[in-house]
Amino acid sequence: MKGSILNPFKAIRFLWKKPKTLRYPFEPKEPALRYRGFHLNDWGKCTGCGNCDDICPNEAITMEVISELESKPEKGVKNERPKFDYGRCCFCGLCVDICPPGSLRLSRDYFHIHFDTNTFVFLPKDEKTDKEHFLSKEKYSIFKASLEHRRRDYEGFTSDLKYSLFQPEREPMPQVKPEERILSFVEQVIGYSKEEAKKEASRCLECKLCEEACPAHLKISDYIRAIYEDKQEESLKKIFEDNPIPSICGRICMKHCEAACSLSIRGEAVAIRWLKRFVADSIKDYKKALELKPAKLTGKKVAVIGAGPGGLSVAYFLRLKGYEVTLFDSLPGGGGMMRIGPPLYRLPIEAIDKDVNYIASLGVEFRFNTTVGKDILFEDILKQYDAVYLGIGTTVSRSTKVKNSDKCLLALSFLKENKIGKDVKVGKEIIVIGGGNVAMDVAREALRLQHMQYPDQKVVTKTVSLEDWDIMPATKEEIEDTKAEGIQFNPGWGPKEAVLDEKVNIKGLQCVKVKSVFDEQRRFSPTFYEDKEIFLEGDMIIEAIGQGSDFSFIPEELFRKLEFTERRKAKVDENGQTSIPKIFAGGDIVNLNLDAVTAIADAKIAAEGIDKMLLMRYR
Amino acid sequence: MNKDTITSTRELELYFGPQHLGMVGNFSITLKVEGDRILEATSNPGYLHRGFEKLMEYRTWIQNFPLVCRMNVVEPDSMEMAYAMAVEKLAGIEVPERANYIRSICLELARVGSHLFGLWAYSNLLGFDTVAQWAMYHRDLILDLFEELTGARVYHIYIWPGGVRRDFPNGFKDKIVNTLHSIGSCVPDYDSVFFNNRIFYERAKGIGKITQEEAKKWGAAGQVLRATGEKFDIRKVEPYAAYNKVDFEIPTREDGDAYSRIWVVRDEMIESVHMIFKLLDKMSEGEVYNRVPNPFKWKISKGETYVRVESSRGELGLYMVSDGGDKPYRVHFRTPSYTHGLIILEKLLKGASIADVGNIMISLYVVAPEIDR
Repeated sequence: MKGSILNPFKAIRFLWKKPKTLRYPFEPKEPALRYRGFHLNDWGKCTGCGNCDDICPNEAITMEVISELESKPEKGVKNERPKFDYGRCCFCGLCVDICPPGSLRLSRDYFHIHFDTNTFVFLPKDEKTDKEHFLSKEKYSIFKASLEHRRRDYEGFTSDLKYSLFQPEREPMPQVKPEERILSFVEQVIGYSKEEAKKEASRCLECKLCEEACPAHLKISDYIRAIYEDKQEESLKKIFEDNPIPSICGRICMKHCEAACSLSIRGEAVAIRWLKRFVADSIKDYKKALELKPAKLTGKKVAVIGAGPGGLSVAYFLRLKGYEVTLFDSLPGGGGMMRIGPPLYRLPIEAIDKDVNYIASLGVEFRFNTTVGKDILFEDILKQYDAVYLGIGTTVSRSTKVKNSDKCLLALSFLKENKIGKDVKVGKEIIVIGGGNVAMDVAREALRLQHMQYPDQKVVTKTVSLEDWDIMPATKEEIEDTKAEGIQFNPGWGPKEAVLDEKVNIKGLQCVKVKSVFDEQRRFSPTFYEDKEIFLEGDMIIEAIGQGSDFSFIPEELFRKLEFTERRKAKVDENGQTSIPKIFAGGDIVNLNLDAVTAIADAKIAAEGIDKMLLMRYR
Repeated sequence: MNKDTITSTRELELYFGPQHLGMVGNFSITLKVEGDRILEATSNPGYLHRGFEKLMEYRTWIQNFPLVCRMNVVEPDSMEMAYAMAVEKLAGIEVPERANYIRSICLELARVGSHLFGLWAYSNLLGFDTVAQWAMYHRDLILDLFEELTGARVYHIYIWPGGVRRDFPNGFKDKIVNTLHSIGSCVPDYDSVFFNNRIFYERAKGIGKITQEEAKKWGAAGQVLRATGEKFDIRKVEPYAAYNKVDFEIPTREDGDAYSRIWVVRDEMIESVHMIFKLLDKMSEGEVYNRVPNPFKWKISKGETYVRVESSRGELGLYMVSDGGDKPYRVHFRTPSYTHGLIILEKLLKGASIADVGNIMISLYVVAPEIDR
């Protein structure tokens, strides 16, 4: 078809039509709701993890330290915020899709005109943190639009968990079902298979917020990457640089790291503890995998009192430095509180012995069944050794001291008897006093014993705690597991009296309603409504309200020299040294965290301190 | 004076582009002319070399995704699609059904946008300023759709490994339909003013003629090949995205000249619009993205692959090799403009008149950034 030469004249009618062109800026066009313009960053939400910096294909992002902001490593917050170079930025929005807290977004603003190229390097904030430069629709003028003159509530491309570049959900950990596990002491957590561990390890973004949160500063992102790359040996080596008891910690660690994990803000934290356990369990022979050899003997001897996590760690670190280390412990095996406290369904004895045996294989001398102060005098140890480390922990259960409390059992003796002695004969209706993790352990263990001792009969275990749900000291995870096993809770009640029947056996517990647990200074000082009482029936009461330390092995003269802090903790300097130069200390008698990994952190410091002291004096 | 010196005085070397009114894009042709006749033409690429293929070897799998689209300004989506397909093939990633439909719709919208842009260039060059303005306006309406869907007008950064980046926003289906209807209602105007215009016929008929055998021999693709009567389209030969789910025609012409090529482009746009309607009708609800592995740890096992998609200019191929690392070991693009602009253009210009250089070049749809990469 050739067409006509007159055809084009049909276009003439368009002369009378309204033009389609917008008379910009008098007729501005609204950018789309998803527009990818300049960045917005909610500084309140931003954790400074730096993932945006790592993903940026153009290296447009740098992390800038903001001195006005506070770093909170235990909460996973750094005082760094991303700074953008708009000469490099291509507005792809990968930084938005990787941002774990979702603080980074793109706005619908896209104007910036300036003679000074330095103004194109910019620290974005949003209207929440920067009221000055983000203006309301009325105050905003398109003629002044720039990075410093922005519109409020003008959000464009935002983060969406469905399309995020990270996996917010955790690889589920296989566990024994509650109705099955309460029938025996079978280990509740089954542990990851190799594939599951790899999959879980692949979630880690390597922002290393966890490493700062961990009291012992384990190289978490390194050992997780090694798991992902199928190099379990390398992973174990990385763990052993800072923690010589991975099999224990992989089961019972209080995981400060997971609380700081950037993925935990909108999803679930990487299962760092279970991954550590996977490495420890998957390697049968530590010695072969680690190939660690202690340094040449220095000729100096160190005594460690208490073979708990702290004692074991200090022995390990010092042994590698070439010291002769002897560990004293009253128990028949290593692990200290780990050996007697955590129930078998959480921490089996074999798992403890795996770590202890490895440390022994390095040449550390263990003197079990040796109570210092009874079997060997503390003064003698002090004479025979060049330095002494106190890792004695808190081994004495406190009692409520209410009327007839002498008829009640104490948590530690109950746990210890079950774990390394004979199973305790339990009642059919048990009351556990306490709301902490130890109380949960006691209650869950008691329930298992009930099921084992009274098969197919009705048994009840209940807890009673001063604290209400919102302030209960046990971890959420632990409370959930306890609930799932059918244990009853009575939060917000304080014990008043253990009631006895005619035969002087326990009949129940009289409780009063709690008004408040803490006073205005956040100190523990419970108050009660005296008129509100309940009676809990039960034939057995176990008290699990906390533990104290036993320093009775130290001669009084020496003990007087030992200084304590206001919160009744042994005072140590930055080297872990107490007020008595030869004595170092760490663990529960020093820190307030009262957990294994903090004891390891203390041990690391003390090992360095002992090394420093002995080297300086003798070399 | 002998004969040689006489010819040499009549022979001139003419630089056509990169600063030339008839040149679209950063590209130049050196012409050896005698009077108005072109004796020899040499294409000079290299004004836009950014080294993308090398850059990609230094960026992780996910960091490459915002990069590839920049290889082609007029239709970045086909580049994104080829990259996503190659990565998915190497890493064995499945794409959700709905994402395939969205990809196809996105690619067809991009094809219409790209052809309108090409129409702007072509009609502008022939002096049809009115049609050029219309084409540019209608392309802008399509860019508005992209802005709504992806957040950007030109570089959409939308089709990524595992699916697409976000689902349709609320009411987007209707918006596509409305926009395409309003563009479609202008087809009669386009026809009367441009396609059925005697001037267009006279300017384009018989210009830059290529036979089917030559086209195949020289590696032509897309409308250049289809204008010679060959029904070849990757969407049919090797269906990807959701192209096997819908029925569509492959428009062809017989003559293989500029006139046929532009008519193929017109018919293709109309066919694409029909296809978008069919895809919109057929697409179901569901997920649009299967999460890819953690970008900081993502490694793709050793292997190599070649994928091809039908871009608005012809066959776009991507050869990618992974050595098992977190970055591609080697990437190579087979871009249609490369063969069209460097081989076929040189051959077609021989014997043409100077006034037809731009005419031939744009009818071949040579996009300079694609040649250089």
